[in-house]
Amino acid sequence: MKHFVQFMKSLFLLELLKGMNVTGRYFFKPKMTLRYPEERTPLSPRFRGLHALRRYPNGEERCIACKLCEAVCPALAITIESAEREDGTRRTTRYEIDLTKCIFCGYCEESCPVDSIVETHIFEYHGEERADLYMTKEKLLAVGDKYEVQIAQAREQDARYR
Amino acid sequence: MNKQVTKQMVNIEINGKKLQVPQGTMVIEAADSAGMTIPRFCYHRKLSVAANCRMCLVDIEKMPKPVPACATPVTDGMKVLTHSAKALDAQKGVMEFLLINHPLDCPVCDQGGECDLQDTSMGFGLDRGRYHEPKRVLRDKDIGPLIATEMTRCIHCTRCVRFGQEIAGIMELGATGRGEHMRIGTYVERAVNSEMSGNVIDLCPVGALTSKPYRFHGRAWENIPIDSIAAHDCIGSNIHIEVRRNKVMRVLPRENNGINECWLSDRDRFSYTALDSDDRLTQPMIKQGDDWKAVDWPTALNYAVEGLKTVINKYDARHLGALVSPSSTLEEMYLLQKLMRGLGCDNIEHRLRQQDFSSDTASGAYPVLGLPVAELENLNAALLIGACIRKDQPIAAHRLRKAALKGANIMAINALDYDFNFPLAEMLVVSPADMLRSLAAICKVLMEEISSSEMPDGLSAILAAVEVNGTHRAIAHHLKSAEKAAVLIGTQAMSQNELAGIRALAGLIAESTNASLGSLSEGANALGAWLAGAVPHQGPGGATVENDKTAVLAKHLMACVLLNVEPELDCANASAAHDVVRHAEFVISMTSYMSENMKASADVLLPIAPFAETSGTLVNGAGDWQSFNGSCTPPGEARPGWKVLRVLGNLFELDGFEYLSSDEVRDELKVRCEGLELSPSGPWRCPSLDSGDGGLQRIGHLPMYAVDMLVRRAQPLQDTRDAIVAAIYLNAATAKRTGVANEDNVQAVQGSCSVSLPLVIDESIPDACVMIPVALEETSALGAAYGVIDLCK
Repeated sequence: MKHFVQFMKSLFLLELLKGMNVTGRYFFKPKMTLRYPEERTPLSPRFRGLHALRRYPNGEERCIACKLCEAVCPALAITIESAEREDGTRRTTRYEIDLTKCIFCGYCEESCPVDSIVETHIFEYHGEERADLYMTKEKLLAVGDKYEVQIAQAREQDARYR
Repeated sequence: MNKQVTKQMVNIEINGKKLQVPQGTMVIEAADSAGMTIPRFCYHRKLSVAANCRMCLVDIEKMPKPVPACATPVTDGMKVLTHSAKALDAQKGVMEFLLINHPLDCPVCDQGGECDLQDTSMGFGLDRGRYHEPKRVLRDKDIGPLIATEMTRCIHCTRCVRFGQEIAGIMELGATGRGEHMRIGTYVERAVNSEMSGNVIDLCPVGALTSKPYRFHGRAWENIPIDSIAAHDCIGSNIHIEVRRNKVMRVLPRENNGINECWLSDRDRFSYTALDSDDRLTQPMIKQGDDWKAVDWPTALNYAVEGLKTVINKYDARHLGALVSPSSTLEEMYLLQKLMRGLGCDNIEHRLRQQDFSSDTASGAYPVLGLPVAELENLNAALLIGACIRKDQPIAAHRLRKAALKGANIMAINALDYDFNFPLAEMLVVSPADMLRSLAAICKVLMEEISSSEMPDGLSAILAAVEVNGTHRAIAHHLKSAEKAAVLIGTQAMSQNELAGIRALAGLIAESTNASLGSLSEGANALGAWLAGAVPHQGPGGATVENDKTAVLAKHLMACVLLNVEPELDCANASAAHDVVRHAEFVISMTSYMSENMKASADVLLPIAPFAETSGTLVNGAGDWQSFNGSCTPPGEARPGWKVLRVLGNLFELDGFEYLSSDEVRDELKVRCEGLELSPSGPWRCPSLDSGDGGLQRIGHLPMYAVDMLVRRAQPLQDTRDAIVAAIYLNAATAKRTGVANEDNVQAVQGSCSVSLPLVIDESIPDACVMIPVALEETSALGAAYGVIDLCK
């Protein structure tokens, strides 16, 4: 009897049809995959991508060299040197993030008292040599300048949950 | 008095823990000794009790209200609760009041991370403010190049005010107004000018007073403190050198109650700023023609060895000479003398500011303090001779100040009217030529009851001509009647022409009054230099050396080795020393910095590490051997001096240069110094009193911020008022007599040297004397620090 059932199943290709049923169901369903890079998934406002240093609307850099991000960084990826600027304010003379060390935990952003160091939505950066992944203060400020609108928007959206 | 107190112990109970403490102790001290922390701001164990911050309120049984632990003496059976609901409520209340006017600028505050207020508010502060009214804001004050102010942060603990009154001895900061209107300030706008002023930075519990050179440069948590020893005076203050990423960030005091307690002089605190001076030498260099060429170590060392060998072959080894800074480490000095003596020459000298070597024939006469540093505060009388102690050894001055406040009679005989931060019982300002006469007069008073036959040789003859006045009598009386007395020869006296005479008479005074004799020697390691044998007439460990008794710089040197020395700034006779070096055929300069003069006179420059970057040992005046490790690696190709000297020894194929660490060098020397008695005075030699003719005498004062290479390059120190301006200082009468009173610029002439400097009329300069500071660029063309000088228009 067992052999007979087996024989009938294989004669009418029942297993195959079952499989084709699944294939057919997904074939006509709306697609989950995206055609990256033309299409992209939505990102949470809390997404932690490439770092940026922000400025105030008047163009003044926000960072005051309190060094909390450097202290909190678990991967020791941040290096800061600070000094007094001519106008007597406390500023960094060197602010570097080594992206090859960074684990994108977001602690730096969390610790910043002036919302200066932030993680943007950029995740598709690359470097052709090691030095390219060494983000200097100038590079970080440039990222901040370029994506300020996006960064500000993300902070705005997240503000009510903080 | 102390003994009585320790006998009467009382039983108290803090948080249920039973303690036995001496009567009279404050509750906070008792709690500290038991390891229980009570929060505090104004209380500091080295300062008087002010009880004005109220942070240390504690709950004491049977007392209706919480009381301040810092101002409540213990009584028998007292039961203290530091964490009861009542105490905590009071502490939290005080904390909230303190934070009302305190700005929330911790992220930009330099104290952040080491702030008492920050720490305490973590334990006792509310998590949100209830005060929404405007906060008080104050204008910051400029109080000099060392201390940065941010007066809005001040919580009025008055530690800085009490430091000025009680420790520094000059009240520079004070509090005006009350309550909300209270201000800490300098009354009139002026710089805080104490030589110990940097300590208020440590004392300030908040960020109101912070270090200006360190301003915004780092955070307390990033720095690694490394134990070290301050290298600028013979006290040997213990310090922490704070290092971050191989760079010295700042220097803080390390508590050592036997030496510096918890204080540090500004010179020791801020000299690190010279470490990254622009003229640091980071590459070995050799001179080729008129050009300097940076080379690698083997080339430079071989060039140096060849140069010395050439001179030795051409003349002989006795034409070599080595000058070493008295602040070099023991190891460097020992290896340098080993090298020189190995080559067959004894011309090694660290007493660069000394002019009178006539006592060298006597054995001994070590530059010891004669008593432990801490003992200075227990003296009942002290006589300072040629000592600008407040500027030259601020920590020693602080100890003497403590003694003076307890009633000790401190007396001084100086060539200049130096400032003292404590009352002096007697003070004589005499010309350098009269200094011997004054000492002889004191001897005469002391010898009044002794028949001339019992006096030391020749003394009765010189005493006959000496006139005695009331001051001399008083000094003699104070010294004689004191239970513990000391006679201290100061740094400024070391350059005087009659040093041997001063030593002899000071020794005699000390002997006949039962006082201890000592020196406040120049540099950080003068005693170490003697032990290491960095003197021409004595080998390491006091070994006797046959020597022709001529001063090293008076010899015709054909080759010179300089160890951290700038001859025109570090020697008593600047121009003569410079000439010796310039005329030498071959000069090796082992140095941390280079200068134009060095480039002109040297043939090889070997970069060596200054105190913070090398391991070594410094021996202070009290004879404490204090070793330390290098706190960071020297920049570029610079190497610790002892390593360079070791390799030089190897290249000359001398025996006994196979050291692997500086400790081995020290241990070798220590064995040789075992059982060595460090007597402060040599055998008696009668001085002659007829020195000094009628002419003008130069007083070559050594400014405190010009003592060595490092200090001279520390810009914050050079910006203070203690950095003396190069000028010709004399009193109005002398100026009139010499006919220069109306001039702005005057020519000072010493033999063939002359220099034109501004004239400053200063009534504190003795008659017939001219004060022209030494160790300054502008005066380096002049001759002897003490000696005859002429002035012309």
